[in-house]
Amino acid sequence: MNQLQEISWQGLWKNNPALVQMLGLCPLLAVTNTFINGLGLGIATLMVLIGSNISVSVVRNWIPNEIRIPVFVMIIASLVTIVQLLMNAYTYELYQTLGIFIPLIVTNCAIIGRAEAFASKNSVPLAALDGFMMGSGFLIVLLLLGGIREILGNGTLFAGADLLLGELAANWTLHLFQFEQHFLVAILPPGAFIIMGLLIALKNRFEKRIEAIVVGQPDKSEKIERARVTAES
Amino acid sequence: MIKIHPISKASAILTLFAIVTTGLVTATHILTKDKIATEKNNAVLKSINQIMPKSLYNNEITSDCRLFTDPNQQTIRVFRARLNDQPTGMVIESIAPDGYNGRIDLLIGLNSNHEIQGVRSTSHNETPGLGDKIEFKKSRWITFFNGLTVNESNIKSWAVRKDGGQFDQFTGATITPRAVVKSVKESLLWVKQQNQIFELPSNCGENK
Repeated sequence: MNQLQEISWQGLWKNNPALVQMLGLCPLLAVTNTFINGLGLGIATLMVLIGSNISVSVVRNWIPNEIRIPVFVMIIASLVTIVQLLMNAYTYELYQTLGIFIPLIVTNCAIIGRAEAFASKNSVPLAALDGFMMGSGFLIVLLLLGGIREILGNGTLFAGADLLLGELAANWTLHLFQFEQHFLVAILPPGAFIIMGLLIALKNRFEKRIEAIVVGQPDKSEKIERARVTAES
Repeated sequence: MIKIHPISKASAILTLFAIVTTGLVTATHILTKDKIATEKNNAVLKSINQIMPKSLYNNEITSDCRLFTDPNQQTIRVFRARLNDQPTGMVIESIAPDGYNGRIDLLIGLNSNHEIQGVRSTSHNETPGLGDKIEFKKSRWITFFNGLTVNESNIKSWAVRKDGGQFDQFTGATITPRAVVKSVKESLLWVKQQNQIFELPSNCGENK
């Protein structure tokens, strides 16, 4: 695998921010009760992640090591505020639905984690690609979770697409099935935890097999730098 | 050459970053300010249009707005509808503080006889699938209010069936409709005591 492939592989699967690093779970679990909510938050996070990785990478050689964290925080906070203002202006209703979780992107550790672990040590194009791939990895999990919860809980998919994509998407909602009583737990926070747990379990189950297909035989000496190390590995 | 102390250098860099990032946020704020204000106004107008027949008014209803304090000491907005400067109705905000999961914000449209033209929930945190049937999108329950008034002879019927009133509760969720009915009732009683709603100058809405 060359470097570009490696970065993509890390972001999308091997070191996925949501499934492996378990970062940013609070917004992930809270807003994914529909597919479109997940998409909205996912895109916002992706934008911030690309923006912060690029900016951090651009300034990485000018910042003394001691003050790098406050500088990263300032960059991330202002990017989030900008995204928040833009969403408020152009996707007003979606912004109302996502509410506090847009400003809370600031506290998504995946973002400062990537700034610290990758962008501050790599060139701008690589940092941008890392931001894109990590953001996409996060986005895909948001979409999966949102889609599964919406189907189980409401029997629909893409409900509220017009909030994000305008009037054009007003009747994109797929009604897959109808039922008297909704499967409530899927919509409520406990359902988010349960489904998230199942996704992680699924990933772990097929980890080796998929890695063998993509990478070939696993290289034992490979050491991955994680943003947050929970146990010595 | 003077040697710059590392702390001075660090503070200078931090200051520079603070200025640049604040500048960017300010620029975005200035660029999006008007758009956000328009969107907010449109959102209010959209909900007003659902509960106030357009034939009833021809004023700029979103800017003809007055702040009041409701019986629960919450600040509410009252939008005054006028047809050729004659008062024809109003849209009032009603806050039910006792929903199942926090407060429920409602908008009530009234004509000049204090007959309900429509009620809509604007924000709530009720249980999805149970309490959220108060939303017009989810169920037509809220349209039961249309045409009703409150007076001394019918005040007893302003309750859910379980409490001996005329409003359906939802299976598995009584607290939510109970809170909504109570809040609408109290708002209507409150409006009856106000006699200056149309005289007072506007102090909220898009011009503020």
